[in-house]
Amino acid sequence: MYQIVEKKTISENTKMMKIKAPLIAKKAKPGQFIILRIDEKGERIPLTIADQDKKKGTITIIFLEIGRTTKKLGSLNTGDTIKNVAGPLGIPSDIKKYGNVICIGGGVGIAPLYPIIKALKEKNNYIISILGAKNKKLLILEKEIKKISDELHITTDDGSKGHHGFVSDILQQILNKKQKKIDLVMAIGPVIMMKVISNITKKHGIKTLVSLNPIMIDGTGMCGGCRVIINGKTKFACVDGPEFDGHQVDYDNLILRNQRFIQQEKEACKHHNITTTT
Amino acid sequence: MKNIKKNKHKMPEQPPKQRIKNFNEVPLGYDKKTAIAEAKRCLQCKNKPCIKGCPVEIDIPGFIKQIAQGNFGKAAEIIKNKNNIPAISGRVCPYENQCEGRCTLKKIGEPVAIGRLERFIADYEHKKGKKTPKKAAPTGKKIAVVGSGPAGLTCAGDLAKMGHQVTIFEALHAPGGVLMYGIPEFRLPKKIVETEVEYIKKLGVEIKYDIIVGQTITVEELQQQYDAVFIGTGAGLPRWLNIPGENLDGVYSANEFLTRVNMMKAYKFPEYDTPIKIGETVATFGAGNVAMDCARTALRLGAKKSYIIYRRTEKEMPARQEEIQHALEEGIIFKLLMTPKRFIGDEKGRLKQVECIKMKLGEPDSSGRRKPIPIPNSEEKINIDTAIIAIGQNPNPLIPKTMKKLKTGEKGNIITDENGKTSIPGLYAGGDIATGAATVILAMGAGKKAAKAIDKYVKTKK
Ligand SMILES: Cc1cc2nc3c(=O)[nH]c(=O)nc-3n(C[C@H](O)[C@H](O)[C@H](O)COP(=O)(O)OP(=O)(O)OC[C@H]3O[C@@H](n4cnc5c(N)ncnc54)[C@H](O)[C@@H]3O)c2cc1C
Ligand SMILES: Cc1cc2nc3c(=O)[nH]c(=O)nc-3n(C[C@H](O)[C@H](O)[C@H](O)COP(=O)(O)OP(=O)(O)OC[C@H]3O[C@@H](n4cnc5c(N)ncnc54)[C@H](O)[C@@H]3O)c2cc1C
Ligand code: SF4
Ligand code: SF4
Ligand code: FES
Repeated sequence: MYQIVEKKTISENTKMMKIKAPLIAKKAKPGQFIILRIDEKGERIPLTIADQDKKKGTITIIFLEIGRTTKKLGSLNTGDTIKNVAGPLGIPSDIKKYGNVICIGGGVGIAPLYPIIKALKEKNNYIISILGAKNKKLLILEKEIKKISDELHITTDDGSKGHHGFVSDILQQILNKKQKKIDLVMAIGPVIMMKVISNITKKHGIKTLVSLNPIMIDGTGMCGGCRVIINGKTKFACVDGPEFDGHQVDYDNLILRNQRFIQQEKEACKHHNITTTT
Repeated sequence: MKNIKKNKHKMPEQPPKQRIKNFNEVPLGYDKKTAIAEAKRCLQCKNKPCIKGCPVEIDIPGFIKQIAQGNFGKAAEIIKNKNNIPAISGRVCPYENQCEGRCTLKKIGEPVAIGRLERFIADYEHKKGKKTPKKAAPTGKKIAVVGSGPAGLTCAGDLAKMGHQVTIFEALHAPGGVLMYGIPEFRLPKKIVETEVEYIKKLGVEIKYDIIVGQTITVEELQQQYDAVFIGTGAGLPRWLNIPGENLDGVYSANEFLTRVNMMKAYKFPEYDTPIKIGETVATFGAGNVAMDCARTALRLGAKKSYIIYRRTEKEMPARQEEIQHALEEGIIFKLLMTPKRFIGDEKGRLKQVECIKMKLGEPDSSGRRKPIPIPNSEEKINIDTAIIAIGQNPNPLIPKTMKKLKTGEKGNIITDENGKTSIPGLYAGGDIATGAATVILAMGAGKKAAKAIDKYVKTKK
């Protein structure tokens, strides 16, 4: 049993939780994730470790309530327990001095991006952050990321804050200006966002890393449910990733595989009287 | 030979039409009378050939004699001497090739039903409530076991009996390894696995879940905290066909399919949260126990047609005879001498068809089985909604990958001596991680041998 020691609503439909999990807190590195199962009947879902406190033995997760499991999770409160939390899983981000790095986060993808930016900053990289959300209310971690970025750009789909449009617009502008040599682009967000960004950076020949979010079960490389196609080869995101070279990812296959259970997911929500937002 | 019934006593089973609608166990077990009658078929051979066929060397004539005399408790004791989990081996052991394969009675008919008798005794004990066996005085030694499959559970149980303090570290949220996530409920009820695990816990073994050794904690860290470490992480890495279309929506690895259904209980969706989707026609590729389990599970989930597609003939199938028989009775359609070339999807990327090519058998290959050769221009397209790839698993690479000094073989298996000793002092391994995908009883045997070696090591450092 893993206790929730703190819970906050950080934007519409987005919740933050601190969970007591000392072993994971001790080991977690930026880019890694956990798999949790709320109760005996629950499914196993992956969530990124957004932060950790080694002394208190807690990890932070930030999640968007979109379906059965994330909504059930969001309904829990401080003091409640989660039956299983396993991790840290996946290969940590390769944190080193690259030079000038553009970090792009879309939606709840900003959460997993945050610890990576923090670590990259500690290695003295020049950080240009571009954060995007559907609207102002859904924008998360703006303050925190502003503090550790050298430049910060905001975009919203509806124009309620910052640039009216997509993160890729800003990226395009920056690259067109050619004021700085960009050494790395790090992008986490909806698959389609990562696809568009990778297409842009490929033209400019800029190394790009993305963090993939396929459907997972065990997280130990046993089931192959999380397989993604990288450079024509099958890889398991849970043990070979979740970060991959953005220019080598077969995004269309990932989009397709993430919709495998859409019908069932709707059915589950109906069965449990949950209203869906997606 | 005297007047002996040529065939085994039949074991009652759920009729095929009924059982494909539920997940309950198929064979129902002997009653007392039948068990005694079957035990009386045993000739009590002086040279005991059956024992040589059992990887854990159970005193087979010994326990059968006790059954024949109605001493079921005594029979249980004899089995337990060598085998901690007879309720499991009595159900899933490939006994036809092992103990029963060597039985003298085969000369005149069918062997003694050793597996069924073992199961009878184990179930009898379960009903009575198992006694916790005597333990040796505490030795003060601490041992870590990684993985709670049959290898890990057996090793832990034996070490606990020897008086050591044992902790099992398991990556998943449930114990049992393949027994829990792989082998379906209708072949091995999960209740039985749970009872066996309870028994191991009663011996004082502690099980910690959600710990992925190599990630949550490293083997080196375990070695610092414990006097010895045993690795029983199994062969969990699924193999692929490596043909076009294998990542379409609708193609599962056997592991994903079975894990969703067994461990996550997707057959009870939406009461349980994990979904599964199968459609009307399912094709399973491969012909081992895993493939039979998948094809039969698909039927129970409501598939109208469930195929087994295999490139050789029924004779070469690696699955247990009984499983093939059960599959046939349930209406699984065997498409033999056929191999898939590519999966074909619709415009949305959902699996629609598989293109197969027909095969013929040529000369025997290195494994002694006749090698299948494709027949040119014999391609055929079969309409399917779901494909399950069940062509084998490789050893789990997670731990070997994190330990450069650990010696591994070509397939990523950890190399050990016959007692489970690895290339690193104080580190032992056994089961599928060392041998590649094998059997429950071999994994248990390996766990037992390693327990003995570890006992010696922690006492003498040799
Ligand atoms: C490595 C990794 C890190 C992630 N980190 C975060 C994070 O920090 N914050 C966050 O909000 N989300 C994160 N996700 C996505 C998160 O796992 C899904 O949103 C969640 O599983 C949805 O479950 P649900 O039952 O609420 O919704 P559902 O209605 O079941 O599904 C909604 C969508 O989530 C996807 N999904 C469903 N089940 C799974 C599953 N078992 N594994 C992966 N995806 C699934 C489906 O593709 C579907 O489109 C991450 C995913 C991965 C693989
Ligand atoms: C579907 C199926 C049907 C089968 N049918 C039969 C049959 O009828 N008869 C038969 O004899 N055999 C059968 N087998 C084979 C048999 O189940 C295996 O040979 C046996 O389970 C191997 O035991 P093991 O203990 O070595 O490994 P496993 O049973 O694989 O257990 C390994 C355990 O280690 C855990 N683990 C892995 N990595 C880590 C890590 N890094 N940290 C912590 N824990 C970890 C896993 O989660 C798992 O619980 C079948 C196998 C399958 C898949
Ligand atoms: S453990 Fe297996 S091989 Fe040994 S006697 Fe029992 S069924 Fe036969
Ligand atoms: S070989 Fe067969 S008949 Fe002979 S002792 Fe063993 S079980 Fe009995
Ligand atoms: S989640 Fe099962 S292999 Fe990655």
